[in-house]
Amino acid sequence: MSDSQAIAQGTHPEGSGAHVEHPPYLRHHFNSVEQQADTAGFAMWLFLLTEVMFFGGLFTAYLIYRNWYYASFVAASHQLSIVLGTCNTVVLIFSSFTMAMGVWCAETRRKKGLVVSLLLTIALGLVFLGIKTVEYREKYEKHHIPGDHYSLQSFINPASDKEASEAGDKPLALDAAQHTELYFSLYFAMTGMHALHMIIGIGILVFMVIRAQAGAYTSGHVTFVENFGLYWHFVDIVWIYLFALLYLISRHA
Amino acid sequence: MKSISPVLWQYLVKWLTNFALFPAEASKIAPQMDALLFFMVLVSLIGLTIVVLLIISFSILYSKKRHPVAIQVEGSTILEATWTIIPLGLFLVMFVWGAIIYFRVYTPPANAMNIYIVGKQWMWKAEHPGGQHEINSLHVPINRPVQLTIISQDVFHSFSIPAFRVKREAIPGRYTTEWFEATQLGTFHLFCTQYCGTQHSGMIGDVVVLSEADYAKWLTESTSGMSLAQNGERLFASLSCAACHNSKPDARGPSLANVYGSKQRLTNGQLVTADDAFLREAILNPSQHVTQGYAPIMPTYQGQISEEGIIALVEYVKKLDSNYRVDQTLTTTDLLPEGGNPPGKSGAPKKTAAQAPDTQGMVKQ
Amino acid sequence: MSDTIVELPDQATARIPKVNYITKENGLLSWLLTGDHKRIAILYLISITFFFFVGGALAGLIRLELLTPQSDLMASDTYNKVFTMHGVVMVFLFLVPSVPATLGNFFIPMMIGAKDLALPRINLLSWYLYVVGGILVLITMVTGGVDTGWTFTTPLSIHYVNTNVLTTGLAIFVAGFSSIFTGLNFIVTTHKMRAPGMTWFRLPLFVWANYAASILMVLGTPVLAITIVLVALERTIGIGVFDPTKGGDPLLFQHLFWFYSHPAVYIMILPGMGVISEVISTFSRKRVFGYTAVAFSSVAIAVFGFFVWAHHMFIMGVSNYAVLVFSLLTMLVAVPSAIKIFNWAFTLYKGSITFETPMLYAFGFMGLFTIGGLTGVFLGATGTDIHLTETYFIVAHFHFVMVGGMLMAFLAGIHFWWPKMTGRMYPEKVSQLAAVVTFIGFNFTFFPQFILGILGMPRRYAAYPAEFQILNVFSTAGATILGVGYMLPILYLIWSLKYGAIAGDNPWQATGLEWQCQSPPLTENFTVQPIMDHEAYDYEWLEGQKQKEEEVASVG
Repeated sequence: MSDSQAIAQGTHPEGSGAHVEHPPYLRHHFNSVEQQADTAGFAMWLFLLTEVMFFGGLFTAYLIYRNWYYASFVAASHQLSIVLGTCNTVVLIFSSFTMAMGVWCAETRRKKGLVVSLLLTIALGLVFLGIKTVEYREKYEKHHIPGDHYSLQSFINPASDKEASEAGDKPLALDAAQHTELYFSLYFAMTGMHALHMIIGIGILVFMVIRAQAGAYTSGHVTFVENFGLYWHFVDIVWIYLFALLYLISRHA
Repeated sequence: MKSISPVLWQYLVKWLTNFALFPAEASKIAPQMDALLFFMVLVSLIGLTIVVLLIISFSILYSKKRHPVAIQVEGSTILEATWTIIPLGLFLVMFVWGAIIYFRVYTPPANAMNIYIVGKQWMWKAEHPGGQHEINSLHVPINRPVQLTIISQDVFHSFSIPAFRVKREAIPGRYTTEWFEATQLGTFHLFCTQYCGTQHSGMIGDVVVLSEADYAKWLTESTSGMSLAQNGERLFASLSCAACHNSKPDARGPSLANVYGSKQRLTNGQLVTADDAFLREAILNPSQHVTQGYAPIMPTYQGQISEEGIIALVEYVKKLDSNYRVDQTLTTTDLLPEGGNPPGKSGAPKKTAAQAPDTQGMVKQ
Repeated sequence: MSDTIVELPDQATARIPKVNYITKENGLLSWLLTGDHKRIAILYLISITFFFFVGGALAGLIRLELLTPQSDLMASDTYNKVFTMHGVVMVFLFLVPSVPATLGNFFIPMMIGAKDLALPRINLLSWYLYVVGGILVLITMVTGGVDTGWTFTTPLSIHYVNTNVLTTGLAIFVAGFSSIFTGLNFIVTTHKMRAPGMTWFRLPLFVWANYAASILMVLGTPVLAITIVLVALERTIGIGVFDPTKGGDPLLFQHLFWFYSHPAVYIMILPGMGVISEVISTFSRKRVFGYTAVAFSSVAIAVFGFFVWAHHMFIMGVSNYAVLVFSLLTMLVAVPSAIKIFNWAFTLYKGSITFETPMLYAFGFMGLFTIGGLTGVFLGATGTDIHLTETYFIVAHFHFVMVGGMLMAFLAGIHFWWPKMTGRMYPEKVSQLAAVVTFIGFNFTFFPQFILGILGMPRRYAAYPAEFQILNVFSTAGATILGVGYMLPILYLIWSLKYGAIAGDNPWQATGLEWQCQSPPLTENFTVQPIMDHEAYDYEWLEGQKQKEEEVASVG
C-alpha cells in the first residue's frame, strides 16, 4: 500500500458528518493511527540497522584477528565456560519467547498476561546478566582482563589451568600467548556492549511494566510494545552470534 | 615597475627565481609524475573553463532583462550521456596512468641499494648497510636506484622527499618500502608528513645527492667501523640465535644461510618468500612463522630488540651465505663454563665471548 | 523590466502574521521542550553558528601562526591543539549538522506537505545530544585541549599524547548519535509522511539530497562510534586492538575510522548540493535540467561513497591491488558530482536569470566545487597521490569542497529561506557585497595552498622552511578578507530581524510547497492538507496559481 493511499484512507472526508476515531495517543502530525504505527515500526527497523553497523565494527575486528591468530583464539576461547554460555543462550531465547508472548497479550488486550510476560522477560534478562557477572568475575580472578594485570600463565602452562588442561591445550609460545589478550579485548568489548544494550532494555522493560499495569498498552496502542519487542529480539540475535563466535571456536565433542 | 616598492620587487624576484610552481625534478620518476600532474591540471583548467563559460554565457544570454520568460527544458539524454561518459573516460585515463606511476614508485628494481630508515618521535635515522648512521639526513649517490626500507619505532610518520616525488608511511610494526633514483646533485628537503605529535614540524632534514666519487668518500668518512651486517652478526651470537640456527644435523632451527629471498614452506602449509618483513616477523612472532619440519620452540624477541637491532639482524641474514662463522661461535660458546642460553628461553642473554662491550642494538624498545 | 524576481507585499500595509511558529507559545521552556521541527531548526541554527565562530577563531589563530616560518606565535604544542580543535569543531559541530539540522529540519516536512517530522521527540533529543557534544568539546578546549589531529590516528592518540582524547572522543560519540537520529528521522519522514500525490519523483531535489545524506549518516556514523569506543578502551585499559606490540594492527584503526569519515564528507556536501538545486531552479525560473539524473546522482554518491575509504590510505602499505580497486571506485564516485554540475549549468539554459544573493553563492559553489572536486581526482589517481597526499594540497582540496562548496551552499540556503523562516528580507546590496567578498577572500586564502602542496609543504606544520613563507602570507591575507565576508552576514541578518522588509509568503516566486504558506509559517505548517497534483519545479503551475489569486482578488 502506498504511503499516500494510507494517508488518504486515514484522512476523514470534510464535512461528511461521519464519526472519526481520534484516539488520545494519535500524535498531531499524523493523519491516522495506521500511519503512526507504520512510521514507528519503520523507524525501529532503521534504528536496528544502525545497531548492526555499530556491532559490525567489532565483528570486523574479531574476524580479522581470528584469521591471523587462530591458535591463540582457540586457546583463549577454551577459558570460557560453555555451560554458562549455553545457559545464557537458552535464557535469552526463552526471554525472546516471553517478550513475544507479551506482544501477543498486548495485541489481544490481555493486561495481566502482558504484565506477567514483561516481568518474566525482566527476570530472564537479569538471570542473563547475573550469569555474565559470574563469568566476568571468573575472568577477573584468573587475570584474564586485558590491561596491566593480564596473565599469560594459563596459556604458556596449560597444566596449571583447569579449563586449559580439560580442553587438552598444548602450551603456546610466548608471542602466541600474548595474542590471547586480543581475544579477551574483543570478548569484553563485544559482550560488554551487548550487556549494555541488555541493561538499557531491562530499564525500558521496567518502565513498560509500570505503564502496562496502568493499561497503556492494552487499549489498542501496542506500537511501543511491538517495537520494543523488535529491539529485544535483536539483542537476542546479537548474543547468538556472539555465542557462536566467542564460545564455539573449535569445540570438539 | 619602479612604482612597486623596491624591497617587495626584490623579494618577488628572489622567490620567482628560487623555485617555480613545482619543486625540483630530481629523480627519475619526477618528470613522469609531473607529466601526469600537468595533464590533470590541463584537464581541470579545461573543465573549469567550460563550466565557468557555461555559467557566464547563460547568465548573460538568459538574464531576466534579456530573456524575461523561461522556456522549460526537461533534460536531454544525449547531454547526460556526454557529460557522464567524457568525464568518466578522462578519470579512467588518469586512473590507469596514475596506477602505472604508482606501481613504478613502489616496485624497486632488483639492483637497488638498500638503506634502512627508522622514524621515531621526532627524528629520522638512516642506517646504511656499510654501517653509516645518519640522523635527519640521507646521503645517496646520483643515478643509482636506492631502496628505502622504512619503519617507525612509535607512531605513524611519513618519509617524504618532494623533489623526488616519493613518500611512504612509516608504520610501527611493519616495514614499508619505496625507491628512487636521484638525477640531480644537490640538497633537497626531507619532511615527515604524517602528524606525529609536538615536534612534527621539526622532523625535517636533508637529502644530499652526491656524485659517485663524493659518495664513496662520504661512505668511508662516515662509517662507524661496523657495517650493519657485522652488527647483526654480533647480535646473532649474543642473543644465542646460533644455538638453534646452525648447520649441525640435529639443529633445532632451520639454517639461515642463503635463506633470504628463498621460498619457505611453513607448518600451516603456506609458501612464503623470506623477505625483510618475513624475517622481522619471524623474530618477533616466531610461532606464526615456523618452517615445516621444525618444532615451534623459538622464543619471541618482542620487547628485547630495538628496530635498529632487528634491521641489523635482517641485514646480517641477507648477507649470510654460509654457516661457517655461525658454527664457529657454537664451538666457542660450548667451551665456556656457563655455556650458551638453553633453547626455548627468552630473556637477556648471559655474557658470552662473542658479546662485545658495546651494546649497540641491544637497547630495549 | 526589473532585473529581480523579488516580489514583496506593499510595505506600508504588510505585517508579519500575528500567529506563527515563533509567537505560538512564549517562554524559554516552550522552546527548550518543543517538538516543532521549525523551532528545533532555529535552536540548531543558533548553536551551529556559535560553533562556526569558535572554529573560525581557531582558523584565524592557525593562519596567524603561519605568517612566519618559525613557531613563534604559540608553542608547537598549542598550535597542534589549535588545528585539532579547528578540525573537530568544524567537521563534527558545524559541517555535518549544518544544512540537515537547520534547513533540513525546517523545510523537509514542509516540502513534502507534512505537519512535522515523523519523530519530533527524537528530533529534540538529537539537538540536546548535539549541545552535550558541543559542551564536551568546549570543556576539552578549556581543560587543555587535544592535539591528536581530528583524525586521532593511533597509536599517537593512545599512548603518545596526554591530552583530552577521552573527552573529545566522548563528545564526538554523542554528537554522532545526534547525527544518526537526524538521519533516521529524515529517512522515516521521507518514506512515511509524504502528502497525497507527492510521489518520489515529485519531491524537491533538496529532499533527495538530504535523503541520500541520511543514508550515510545512519549507516556510517555507528562505525565511528564503535571506533571511538575501541580507542577509549585501548587508552584506558590497554586492550591492544591497535597496538602492534600486542599483536594488534594500527592500520585497523585507519580502516574503521575512514569507513565513516569518507562517507562523512558526502554527508557534509550532499545537503549543500540539494540547496543549490533549489536556488538555481528558483533564480532561473526553470525546472532543474535532468531532474532524474540529479536525483539518482545523489543516491549514487551515497552508495559509492561507502566503497572508497581506503583512498585515504594509499601510501600506508595497503596491498597494491587494494589500492587499484579503491582508486577505480574513487574515479567512479567523482562522476555523479560532475553530472550535477553540468545539470545545474544547463538549468540556466533558456531560463530567466536574476542575481540575488542566493544565486551568487550558488555560482560561487559551482566554480569552487568544480575546482575542489577535480583536485580530488588528482588525489584519487594513485600515482599523483603519492606526491600530493599529506601536504597542503589536501588541505586546499578539502577546503575548496567544504568551504568553497558546502559553506557557500549553506549561506545560499540561509539567504534563500531567510524570508520564510523569519518573515523578513535581508538587505540585498550588503549581502551581495558579502558574497563577493567571501568569494575573493576564499580564493586568496586557499588557492596558494594548492601550490604549497605541490611544492611539498606538509600539513599540520607549525614551522616550515622559509621559502614557503610568501604563499603563506598570501593565504593569511585572504583569510582576513574571508573573515570579513563571514562576519557581515551575522550582522545584517540580525539587523534584518527588526528592520528587514516584510517578505510575504513567496518573495522569490518559488514553486516549493514551503512557499505556498505564510512567512513565518504556522506551527502546523499547513491549515489544509496539501495535495500534490503537479511536478516539482512547475513554474507553469505557479503561474496558474498566481492568475487564480488575481482573479479572486479582482472579483467582487
